[in-house]
Amino acid sequence: MKAVVSVIGRDSVGIIAKVSAGCADFGANILDISQTVLDEYFTMIMIVDIDKLNRPFNEFVDYMSVRGKTDGLDIHVMHEDIFNSMHRI
Amino acid sequence: MFDTKDIIETISMIREECLDIRTITMGISLYDCQSENPERLCSRIYDRIMSRAAKLVKTGEDIEKKYGIPIINKRVSVTPIALMAGGLSVDDAVKVAKTLDRAAHELGINFIGGFSALVQKGFTNGSRAVIDAIPQALAETERVCSSVNVASTKAGINMDAVAQMGRIIRQTADITADRDAIGCAKLVVFANVPEDNPFMAGAFHGVGEPETVINVGVSGPGVVASAIRRKGDCNLTEVAETIKRTAFKITRVGQLVAKEASERLGVPFGIVDLSLAPTPAVGDSVAYILESMGLEKCGCHGTTAALAMLNDAVKKGGVMASSHVGGLSGAFIPVSEDAGMIEAAKCGALSLDKLEAMTAVCSVGLDMIAIPGDTPAEVISGIIADEISIGVVNTKTTAVRLIPAGKVGDMVSFGGLLGEAPVIPVSNYSPAKFIGRGGRIPAPLQSLKN
Repeated sequence: MKAVVSVIGRDSVGIIAKVSAGCADFGANILDISQTVLDEYFTMIMIVDIDKLNRPFNEFVDYMSVRGKTDGLDIHVMHEDIFNSMHRI
Repeated sequence: MFDTKDIIETISMIREECLDIRTITMGISLYDCQSENPERLCSRIYDRIMSRAAKLVKTGEDIEKKYGIPIINKRVSVTPIALMAGGLSVDDAVKVAKTLDRAAHELGINFIGGFSALVQKGFTNGSRAVIDAIPQALAETERVCSSVNVASTKAGINMDAVAQMGRIIRQTADITADRDAIGCAKLVVFANVPEDNPFMAGAFHGVGEPETVINVGVSGPGVVASAIRRKGDCNLTEVAETIKRTAFKITRVGQLVAKEASERLGVPFGIVDLSLAPTPAVGDSVAYILESMGLEKCGCHGTTAALAMLNDAVKKGGVMASSHVGGLSGAFIPVSEDAGMIEAAKCGALSLDKLEAMTAVCSVGLDMIAIPGDTPAEVISGIIADEISIGVVNTKTTAVRLIPAGKVGDMVSFGGLLGEAPVIPVSNYSPAKFIGRGGRIPAPLQSLKN
């Protein structure tokens, strides 16, 4: 199973490193990253494999959200099924 | 792999356009809680609800976290209490309502529906006890919702019940007058009531339903309005197509959540209700959808046509997205719960008569409308009779939820999702003699389909 990690915030040095470190702590394997910077705002979409998480998925969601706030970033982790449901028949 | 555009679209629907799951409602049968002893009846009802719905709120919160989509309400609907109340006095029926309220508080749900009676053809002892208890029950509880079905296309209109509900709304308004007649915000009068509706205040667990069931109500007026705005200057065929596509996506999320809740709770999945349910939050308004189609203000000429198209396109888009569609499924137009409707009613663009016309082409009916606090019971009954006739003749659900409070032009406020509404005028001419005749208006010819 996969999850989508979306990161939105003011651009600064080391955002990808911080988010990646969080994923590594929980055992989420990064499969794909796409990112853009628009008007100083950083937007990143990361697809991660959550099959081998070392803690429950809900804790991963909470951790990333809290970690994002301390760095002024809006980080949301969402299970892939919501995107599959909405965009695939 | 996923398309980045799709991911961003989903995220912005949730974060910026107020997409949410409006409610996960667990329907619970209370039939085998029957008892001749009112105390035992109450304790059985309490135990049944507490055991069946124990994990409802936690499950809703877990699903919310997993998919990153807000699930605003977790609710319970129960067997219409009138079916359980054959031997009860009015005081006993009030005790049952208080029992439901206690269970709702313990479970952490915001509403519990089913203090209800079905009297389209006539009254049973149980329905009399429940209906007579409604004013006190709604005044002395916080989270209990009540509904009464007074008509159906098959049975016609029970005008004795219509007359009585005018009086009951009047009494409920009077005894909760110090709280802007809040009791009336929890009371709906129906024609052709659906038995699997997850939305309050009209939800109850119908007689043909299983022991326990999960029904889900989706929302998303903001998403539809934004999609229409993005489409720009295009013809109405393209607007309808845009609404259909958006409704499909919204409903798929509802189906996903319903399926997951059903599996986690070990309870059958009933239906997804396709309704576009507004909230008072700016950007979450059905009126704004109509205005985004090109109306200067909701309520102007053209509003009924725009709403008819919206309602139809929502159903066409949504029906393919879910394995079972039910409940009310259409666009809601509750005045106090919709920022655009509130503005339109305040500036005089939206009248009671226009709202009545609009209800002929969308789901539900005259919903959350504040009328003058001194409106006589028979005038309220007249409004009910008109609205209910629209439902009976058109073989659709219609409903009335009126709040008699204040004077024309005052704002009455109910708090939270119930919102606030300007008091709008009603006709000063009386239907008292017509309402006083009582009896039943026979079922229309379209009921004879066999």
